[in-house]
Order: sequence, then structure tokens, then C-alpha cells
Amino acid sequence: MNIIACVKQVPDTEAQIKVKADGSGIEEGGIKWVMNPYDEFGVEEALKLKEKAGGDVTIVSIGPARAMETIRTALAMGAEKGVHIDDPALNAADAYTTAAALAAAIKGLPYDIIFCGQRAIDDDSAQVGAILAEILGVPQVTFVTKLEIDGTKVKAVRPIEGAQLVIETSLPCVITATKGLNEPRYASLPGIMKAKKKPVEAKNAAALGVSTDAKSKVAKMIPPPARPPGKILCADDTPEGKAAELAKLLREEAKVI
Amino acid sequence: MAKGVWIVAELRDGAFRKVTFEMASTARKLADQLGEEACAVVCGSGVAGIAGELGKYGIDKVYVADNAAFEPYTTDAHAAAVAKVVKDNDAAILLVAASFQGKDLAPRLVGKLATGMASDCTDVKIADGKLLAIRPMYAGKCFGEIVVSATPQIAALRPNVFPIVESAKAGAVEAFDPGLGELKTKVLEVQKEQAGKIDVSEANIIVSGGRGMKGPENFAILEELAGVLGAAVGASRAAVDAGWRAQSDQVGQTGKVVSPNLYIACGISGAIQHLAGMSSSKYIVAVNKDPEAPIFQKADYGLVDDLFKVVPALTQECKKLLG
Repeated sequence: MNIIACVKQVPDTEAQIKVKADGSGIEEGGIKWVMNPYDEFGVEEALKLKEKAGGDVTIVSIGPARAMETIRTALAMGAEKGVHIDDPALNAADAYTTAAALAAAIKGLPYDIIFCGQRAIDDDSAQVGAILAEILGVPQVTFVTKLEIDGTKVKAVRPIEGAQLVIETSLPCVITATKGLNEPRYASLPGIMKAKKKPVEAKNAAALGVSTDAKSKVAKMIPPPARPPGKILCADDTPEGKAAELAKLLREEAKVI
Repeated sequence: MAKGVWIVAELRDGAFRKVTFEMASTARKLADQLGEEACAVVCGSGVAGIAGELGKYGIDKVYVADNAAFEPYTTDAHAAAVAKVVKDNDAAILLVAASFQGKDLAPRLVGKLATGMASDCTDVKIADGKLLAIRPMYAGKCFGEIVVSATPQIAALRPNVFPIVESAKAGAVEAFDPGLGELKTKVLEVQKEQAGKIDVSEANIIVSGGRGMKGPENFAILEELAGVLGAAVGASRAAVDAGWRAQSDQVGQTGKVVSPNLYIACGISGAIQHLAGMSSSKYIVAVNKDPEAPIFQKADYGLVDDLFKVVPALTQECKKLLG
């Protein structure tokens, strides 16, 4: 089976995010970069599928030179090869342009199934997987927490508010992974050594023949609104006293209960 | 030229979900600013009778496709129908819900219509005749102002953030042919969770527990408080990773990003990835024994005490107040 997993390098969840003074982006200094956690679930599922059904896993990523670390991480986990799309016009592109570039790279490869994370935890757009599926003209199942593949038949479970849906579709398709799908493996030391020699093809927008005209843009980034300083409740030093004071404040001051 | 502010109505079991009225009210506001119409697309099965209800929330015209293929929701059926009617009518702005269904549908529409979208918005306005959308990024560690240059300009609205405003408009219903082709996905089964359970992404009040809860059995005291308040029970990553709570309850950067009216954090120290996911809540209460816990920096009301004593007492007080 020809399996593709798309990955993005993002700031670690513990990173403090500071907006540049002119609002044009974030300060990148001091940030620890990691594989997007939702993409890790996708890579893990790709590897599990390969181990079961045979075939190979190709990692596709868009990003500057540092994104190669994330591709190598996925290769160290067990993927066979990579495609690194590195182009200043694409590295911070909007969702449509990103998906179009991924689609162009994937169209040149044999594929049966494509894994993406349900969203990247930097821009939180949650769009690329579905747009990619549409451009490739294949079905999608998003936010998948359980996946079974039998021949070309796909059975996937996804949550909605208050229920789980069991969805059936067929290969080829795009699956977007969410927490619960699996427990991503760690790269082994031999895996890390082997990953250094695995092939990674470099591409840019011209080579892919895709437009870099954005459909949308982040006009300005702004820090979150500052919260007013809070109060520590201590009118009465007992837990009961504090609870009574809180209930009263929630009712009369905040008016939220 | 493209015109009109459109919404994609969201239904469940033959009825509109609350977020649909939030979208309708928002569409009305934007349409008034532009001096244009507010329109809705309703795709469902046996829904012709309720479509006109949207007039109450400011919708001028409702485009309805009534077809058994729309219930339950599948990406292909809904995306095909919505893309067709929006394109045929050259809509300028399209609002979709940032719900589980909307998050599946909206990006597929972005692909079909080759346009752009602002996901999970907490505010939308008109600036220079165009949509300007405000949305949290990095789970709320910062915000972005998004401009979509292609048409339609799509924005997904976070549920529970936009007010519902009644303003009587015609709500004239017109049927349209969804032009459904081959459908490649189908829903085999809908497994409902316990009745009455409120999803954290849609709750007005969330009572959340972290490592300080010490074990899964202790969440019973949070469930009890939540029951009195009509709240959902959330959890920190630590509590979910320990296997104490379901993954769907996790609040934070690798869980759900929430903005309820009231967030009560119990035994949660406030790791940065958790704070990111809940700091846009209107009011935050923190209950923690450790006065140095970072959660207190975000809290409107802080209780430095033993949660196992405070929470049951709070439940009793709320019972008294709420009768």
C-alpha cells in the first residue's frame, strides 16, 4: 500500500508565543520546534497500516530548512522517504495554497491513503486535510479516533458533539487524525541512524507548478486581551466560607450562574 | 458582483442547533452594515416545515434542499449542495459553524470554491466593505485578524460566542436542487453518548479537573457541581493522559479550545498549553491548594484551599442559590 503522511513543524505546546511589535508574525527566537502533535498520530497510523498491509510511507512537509528535522523524525519513526517543499512563498501560506502545493506533490506519487493531523497547533486552521481531499477528488474522514481498513474498504470513527459516528468510505481517501487514534511511537536509536540516509526530495512552487497567490491572509497578529487582575477569596478562612463567597460573587457580580 | 451574507444552517435530528441561530443573528448584523440580504442554506431531510423559523433571527431568504441523503450528515452530500447554491447565487460572505460538523464541511467548501476561510472565529465585522474576522491562534496565545481576498469570504463561527438576536424578517423559503452526484461516504452508525451530556466545546459553564483530582473516582464531586450548574465536565491533559477522563473532555492546546461564560478549574496548576485553551473564558475560577499555581494569574476568583472541601461546599451553596 502506498501511504502518505503530511506533517508540519510547529512550536512546542509549552512555548510562550510573543507577537512581533508590528503584528506581522510571532517572535521565533527561543522557540522549540516539534512535529505537530496531531500529525504524529497520522504518522503512527501510517506506520501501523504499513506494518499490517505492507507498502511504504512517504512523508510530505512544507516549511523552511528547519522543517527537515521534523521529516527526519518521521523517517526515524519508520517512514521510508520524504518530500520537503521549501519555498519562501509557501512556507507560511494560507490553507488553500498549502493544500494545493501538497496536492501537487502527492499527485506525482502513487497513493492509496493520506494522513494529516486534524489541525496544526500553530495557526489552528483545521482546513488543509479537507481541502487536499477536495483537490485530489477523494473522500475525507476528519477527526478520526479509530480506523479499520479491509481491502479498499475504510471504516472510521469520528466524534461529533454528544455522539460517535461510524463512517464507511473507500480508498483512496484522506484521513485526519486526532487524539485517541493511537499512541505515537518514539524513534529508536537505530531508527534515527537509518533516517539520516533515507531519501528526501526537495521541491519548490515552480517545480510543483502551483500558484502562490493567497486566498486569505493574516492581516495582523495581536496579543490576547489582558485579563483584569483577579481576587483571592478570603473573607472567611474556612472552605465553606470561601465557597459561599464564591457562589455569591458568581451570582451577583459576574452574573454567570 | 457577489453579494449577500449567507449561513450554512446546522441541524441535528431534524431541528436547528443553537449555533444556527447564532450564525443567523450575526449574518443579519453584517448584512445590515452592508445593506444586503441575509440568506441561509438548509440541507436536511423533512426540514421544509422548519426552514422559515430562521426568519425570526433575521434571515431574509432560506434556500432549502430536502433530501433523505442529508440525514445523517455526510461531507459529500452537504458540501456538494452548499457549494452549488452558494456559487449559483454568487454569495459574498458565507458563515459556517466551527462545530465538529462545520469543521468537516467548511474546509471542503473552501476547496470546492477555491477560496479562503477564517476558522474558529470569535468576532467578525465589516471593514471597507469586506469581512474582517478575528480568531485565536496558537490556541489563544495570540489572535489574528484575517482577510479573505477570494469569494466567497468564509468564516467559521465558534459556537456559544456570538449572541442570538431576534429580528423578524421574511424568512422566505425557496427550494433548490442540490444536484447530488455519487456519494462516497456513508454513516453506518451513530453511537450516542449518555443523554444530556454537554460537550465542553458548547457548554456555557465548564467544571474542569486536573492532576489535583488524584483519581478518576473523585471526578464525581465535579459531576455533582456540574449537574447543579447545568455545566459540562472538562479535564486537563494530565487527567486525560492518566486515563481518568475521556479524550473528548480535554481542554487545552492539544484538546478543545473553549470560551464558556464560566470556567471552574479544580486541581489544575495551569500549564501553558492548558491556559491557552481556556483563557478566553469570560470568568475563570481557580481552586488549588498551591497559591503559586500559574492558574491564579488567569483567575477572576481564586480559592487557595483544598478542592475536596471547597467543591462539595460550593455545590451546596449553588443548590441553595438556584433553588
